Amino acid sequence: MATQILMPALSPTMEEGTLAKWLVKEGDTVQSGDILAEIETDKATMEFEAVDEGVIGKILIAEGTENVAVNTAIAILAEDGEDIAQLEAPQASDAGNEAAPLASEAPASAAAARNSAPEPDTSPDWPEGTQLKQQTVREALRDAMAEEMRSDEDVFIMGEEVAEYQGAYKVSQGLLDEFGSKRVIDTPITEHGFAGIGVGAAFGGLKPIVEFMTFNFAMQAIDQIINSAAKTLYMSGGQMGAQMVFRGPNGAAARVGAQHSQDYAAWYAQIPGLKVVMPYSASDAKGLLKSAIRDPNPVIFLENEILYGRSFDVPVLDDFTVPFGKARIWREGSDVTLVSFGIGVQYALDAAEKLAAEGISAEVIDLRTLRPIDYDTVIASVMKTNRCVTVEEGWPVSSIGNHLSATIMERAFDYLDAPVINCTGKDVPMPYAANLEKLALVTTDDVIAAVKHVTYR
Amino acid sequence: MAARRAAKKTNVSGEELTQFYRDMLLIRRFEEKAGQLYGMGLIGGFCHLYIGQEAVVVGLEAAAEEGDKRITSYRDHGHMLACGMDANGVMAELTGRAGGYSKGKGGSMHMFSKEKHFYGGHGIVGAQVPLGAGLAFADKYRDNGRVTFTYFGDGAANQGQVYETFNMAALWKLPVIFVIENNQYAMGTAQMRSTSTKDIYHRGEAFGIEGEMVDGMDVLAVKDAGERAVTHCRKGKGPYILEVKTYRYRGHSMSDPAKYRTREEVQKMREERDAIENVRQMILEGKHATEEQLKTIDKEIKAVVNASADFAKESPLPDTSELWTDIYA
Ligand SMILES: Cc1ncc(C[n+]2csc(CCOP(=O)(O)OP(=O)(O)O)c2C)c(N)n1
Ligand SMILES: [Mg+2]
Repeated sequence: MATQILMPALSPTMEEGTLAKWLVKEGDTVQSGDILAEIETDKATMEFEAVDEGVIGKILIAEGTENVAVNTAIAILAEDGEDIAQLEAPQASDAGNEAAPLASEAPASAAAARNSAPEPDTSPDWPEGTQLKQQTVREALRDAMAEEMRSDEDVFIMGEEVAEYQGAYKVSQGLLDEFGSKRVIDTPITEHGFAGIGVGAAFGGLKPIVEFMTFNFAMQAIDQIINSAAKTLYMSGGQMGAQMVFRGPNGAAARVGAQHSQDYAAWYAQIPGLKVVMPYSASDAKGLLKSAIRDPNPVIFLENEILYGRSFDVPVLDDFTVPFGKARIWREGSDVTLVSFGIGVQYALDAAEKLAAEGISAEVIDLRTLRPIDYDTVIASVMKTNRCVTVEEGWPVSSIGNHLSATIMERAFDYLDAPVINCTGKDVPMPYAANLEKLALVTTDDVIAAVKHVTYR
Repeated sequence: MAARRAAKKTNVSGEELTQFYRDMLLIRRFEEKAGQLYGMGLIGGFCHLYIGQEAVVVGLEAAAEEGDKRITSYRDHGHMLACGMDANGVMAELTGRAGGYSKGKGGSMHMFSKEKHFYGGHGIVGAQVPLGAGLAFADKYRDNGRVTFTYFGDGAANQGQVYETFNMAALWKLPVIFVIENNQYAMGTAQMRSTSTKDIYHRGEAFGIEGEMVDGMDVLAVKDAGERAVTHCRKGKGPYILEVKTYRYRGHSMSDPAKYRTREEVQKMREERDAIENVRQMILEGKHATEEQLKTIDKEIKAVVNASADFAKESPLPDTSELWTDIYA
């Protein structure tokens, strides 16, 4: 039976082209792979090969013809022995047109919940009467990893200096002694490689904790974090993903200059497929890291070098975890809502303390996780106080504060008595000079000034 | 055809040769069909064909055992067919339909099969190399005797993470076979224009990794080398490098006019070195099958490929609700 040879699409965008030259003539026998014609697209001249073998029966489009639409029949290929004289020119072909995509439906939106007061989960993190002990954030993180490694053989930690040196910031102190070099692994200084090995090991069913000496160096590995860890579950249609934690100190330390002082909260929070955690206190560091290790998704766990040595109350419980997507209210108040996370909570709390002395009552919310975000706690608070200031260390553009402002505008516009203000790090690379560094960071004074602005004091 | 090499190995059975012929032909016909569907607008975006390189995956799969893993780049259709993935599912993924291996969400460059231990389908040049070593890391951790075939191109061989991975794979003696599919071009860049050393596998020496150059147009030579590599890995001696010299007949992707090489160069390769034609000659010269019998095989393969194209055209588009699924486990 004769088949039509159709004008091919030779690029993703080609809709028509010029049939520049025929390299065969009617009556020629062709094999698959033989070059039939040269076709000019808007970008290049391409050779067009035969797929089937046969005899060129009729050439339907003469060479030199311009604007030949893709899928137009350009020749007829007869099978060996078929009578060429019998061949008819075909009707206009509609091959390939049956795949017209359906108009996509608009995604389900959160609009339904708009303007109705949410009822956030306000349950306490641990039962009343639980014994508490003072612990540093550093110890809390170490304990979280050790507990999870004890209970699950598939959990291991790898990173630069995590084993013999006990961690560049001593977060993995003691882990090598307890778990040995099979599970506490020193890597070369090769972030992209070991992050990828971590993701591959997670594909293989292990539960890696990949420590970055600081998150600044994770930029070397960001491709593996986003393209491999975050997206594989989706790209594989749900067959495989990466249960793992990427953790390490994030944000400014002190005087280490532009390349070592950067808050990545908003970067990672933008990525579907990742979960993002940024704790402030030691109990949250512990409870959230344990949840992160157990979560079946890749989790970015952003710590802070300055907070490592801070002590907080930590509950004495056999298995203490904190769920993702549940904010913590550090301080209740009625005049303004301060929303922060990570070290920003410190600035918010300090500001709230000073504002109280001036008769302004601030509610302080610690988001704790940035993906998912506990919007309900924020919205419920803003509906009560009618004013909001966000506080974070990162840069202002596309900040977490920007995102919260938009959400508050959508869900609580009628409740606002003033525009939301975002207090952020300044829009500059971190300077080295002590005085300049101080100016570049978000400060308690910035927060106080913003609160006075939104409360018209 | 005069320069075609005479069939040299005689210790190979007719049955095995015929299977190689079948497996390689399936890939070639499948890819030709994919090219055709692309031309009809049924496949979009990037589509990298494997035509010319068939002997690489077919030879190495013959050296693999059940449970061994494989991972590769975006030029992945051949690898998937060779490891036993279903032509229908692969073709339907190329057309972005619900019946595809990734429900239509991955496309030509991103397919996976847990069942066949095929770990993708990766679009960032070189990124699959540490991932492959990570798979091997998991196998070593479990001490299960499995090996991972980690395929990458001559272009990818210049990525830094490859050498980070070589170092760790050697340091930790990971059971990974690095298969450098040296098709001599990275897009339009000939290997000699991008690579400081002529033979890439020599780079392994710096890390203490053994390796060898393999004729990728000779499926028997590929299989032999694959067996040496697998034995090395399973003995716990760590990684092994196979630099397989091969050639892609088509452009880098569908939209590549391939002006960086001459038509004569391609034609010479096809006529003198074609792996499928080589095996065909061996079968005929060894009287393992007649022309007629081979024709029957050709017909069977064509039927499989045509059926896959029909399936890929008829399979529905993914439900719009799939947009929101598989983001989290
Ligand atoms: C990190 C990165 N850089 C560039 C590209 C674009 N790109 C895709 S394939 C390719 C060439 C790769 O050549 P090679 O590794 O030899 O593989 P081949 O395609 O020849 O099999 C390039 C530059 C990419 N996908 N990823
Ligand atoms: Mg190449």
